[in-house]
Amino acid sequence: MLRIKSIPAALAVGVLAIFTSINTASAEMASVQTLASPCAGCHGVNGVSVGPATPSIAGLTEAYFLDSMATYKSGKRKGTIMSRIAKGYTDEETKAMAKLFASMKFGRTTQMSDAGLAAKGKELHAEFCDSCHEQDGRKADGIGVLGGQIAAYLDYTIADFYSGVRTMEKRKAQKMNAFKAEHGADGIKAVVQFYASQK
Amino acid sequence: MTKVNQNVSRRSFMQLSGGAAAASALIGLPTIARGAGKDVVIVGGGPAGATAARYLRMIDPSVKVTLIEANATYHTCFMSNEVIGDLRTMESISTTYDGLKSAGVNVVQDMVTSIDTKAKKVMTKGGNTYSYERCIVAPGIDFKYELTDGYDAKTAETITHAWKAGPQTATLAKQVKAMDDGGVVCIVAPPNPFRCPPGPYERASLIANYMKKHKPKSKVIIFDSKDKFSKQGLFTQAWKKFYGFGTDNAMIEWMPAAKLGKINAIHAKDMVVETDFEQLKAAVINFIPAQKAGKIAFAAGLTDKSGWCPVKKLTFESSMVPNVHVLGDASIATKMPKSGYSANSQGKWVAQAVVALLNGKQPGVPSFVNTCYSRAADDWAFSVAAVYKLNMEKNLIGGVKGAGGLSPMDASAEDRKREVAYGHSWYNNIKKDIWG
Repeated sequence: MLRIKSIPAALAVGVLAIFTSINTASAEMASVQTLASPCAGCHGVNGVSVGPATPSIAGLTEAYFLDSMATYKSGKRKGTIMSRIAKGYTDEETKAMAKLFASMKFGRTTQMSDAGLAAKGKELHAEFCDSCHEQDGRKADGIGVLGGQIAAYLDYTIADFYSGVRTMEKRKAQKMNAFKAEHGADGIKAVVQFYASQK
Repeated sequence: MTKVNQNVSRRSFMQLSGGAAAASALIGLPTIARGAGKDVVIVGGGPAGATAARYLRMIDPSVKVTLIEANATYHTCFMSNEVIGDLRTMESISTTYDGLKSAGVNVVQDMVTSIDTKAKKVMTKGGNTYSYERCIVAPGIDFKYELTDGYDAKTAETITHAWKAGPQTATLAKQVKAMDDGGVVCIVAPPNPFRCPPGPYERASLIANYMKKHKPKSKVIIFDSKDKFSKQGLFTQAWKKFYGFGTDNAMIEWMPAAKLGKINAIHAKDMVVETDFEQLKAAVINFIPAQKAGKIAFAAGLTDKSGWCPVKKLTFESSMVPNVHVLGDASIATKMPKSGYSANSQGKWVAQAVVALLNGKQPGVPSFVNTCYSRAADDWAFSVAAVYKLNMEKNLIGGVKGAGGLSPMDASAEDRKREVAYGHSWYNNIKKDIWG
């Protein structure tokens, strides 16, 4: 199982079968399938959440997945429950799951959204957010997916960045603070609606 | 349509998996040929049985899966306390078996009356017989009615246990709603082990939550068969905050076994609960009896002296008879609690293990998760979580050390509110994961 690390994601399914047909009985680590399948209980079938609050995790980049798990584990990132769950997995197991979820497609659940606010949010996104959260927040190299992510989760995350529960890099903090100073709570609401409206 | 769905779900599982079982079904034609005619019969369509059925089909479509369940509609026990607390509808906790059918599961509405574990056959009330290579028994719980005078299955229709969600859930909700202000609801909480350890205390909380809005002079009194209970610190904290717990105006009172002695009788006509040291007249009685494995587990010889089903923890195969796997509440899955999430997590693993065994392979290494949310007020919930690994030497499924545990006592009000929303997310997602 440990050997999966060096195998390109696209080949993983085929190659793994060969390893497992040789020997699984002595393996000390559960298959990535076994490790990852319980995540669906909260994060949805195939990592696509139907909400109302738990985020989708399929299609997150490996780097972002690993950073989230590592910071939950260390306590740097505060969560309600993930800090307790993340500690249940070794680095090796976490890496395997990161690779797996990164190979899957980010799925978007249809959410209620306000078209007027979403339109305003689209403009604000272009002005303040797009330089990091490219392609309407859908592209996410090493950062979270915003476009189509569960709205309540985005609300929580933004609130945590502003309250200091989650820390921001200097450049990001400047942008976020400038955005809030200029557009306040209504502006935040609008960009969240824009992300939630994406199909 | 059915075909398309199957293909999509199968492919998605491949993405999720990359594991042995899934892969062997995908690439090796010989494996599929060998797998053909492999019959798995599943007894019970609750979280454990339904999850196992869906995942068996996703992992290896050459496995023929028959699931036998007595009811056409299933009501989840999880979230049923929200129905009793007037926070959601019965409809919202119901599910059909259409999702399983479109996953290629042969769903039979019938009741299993016996299992011939030597001939490997399952017999039903409807007079049918089903042969299996492997049988998965997930019958949930039954009640030890015999321990209490004046209480039986018939009485339970009016003095409910509501510990299997369904008509009794609706009855209890109605009784609480119909009660005059100033009335007492008595919840009798069962001894360990039982389904959903925090459940009676969440129920008390959500009934009090309802009373606070509509019948402020009323109260809930818990008669407990134990001296401590699950998430006690968190519940007590919430009860003090919202329901005056410990004061003269408490809307929730908790009486431990030390003060009550044994709970001896229910006097249905007088609406009285009688214990060694107390007698309580209540407007509504919710009596949750001591529990044991579902009936079929006894008929099939799967239980031990404890009244539950011992299993080999690697595959959940019965320690009593071969080729029969017992999962969910009926099994002794120490130290996993009897919960919906445990059942779901076990169902996924056992599906993988059974596919491996049917294809002559070793089952590999398991990993489980349990998360359980309890809601104590409109904007107040907390959770317990654990990641479980198997200790083969001790035949024990233990929580990973340093991980898991309870929501902190000093969590912010915002976090408690978020846990309400995360609890609902858990419900929506796991329900879809189980029944499609």
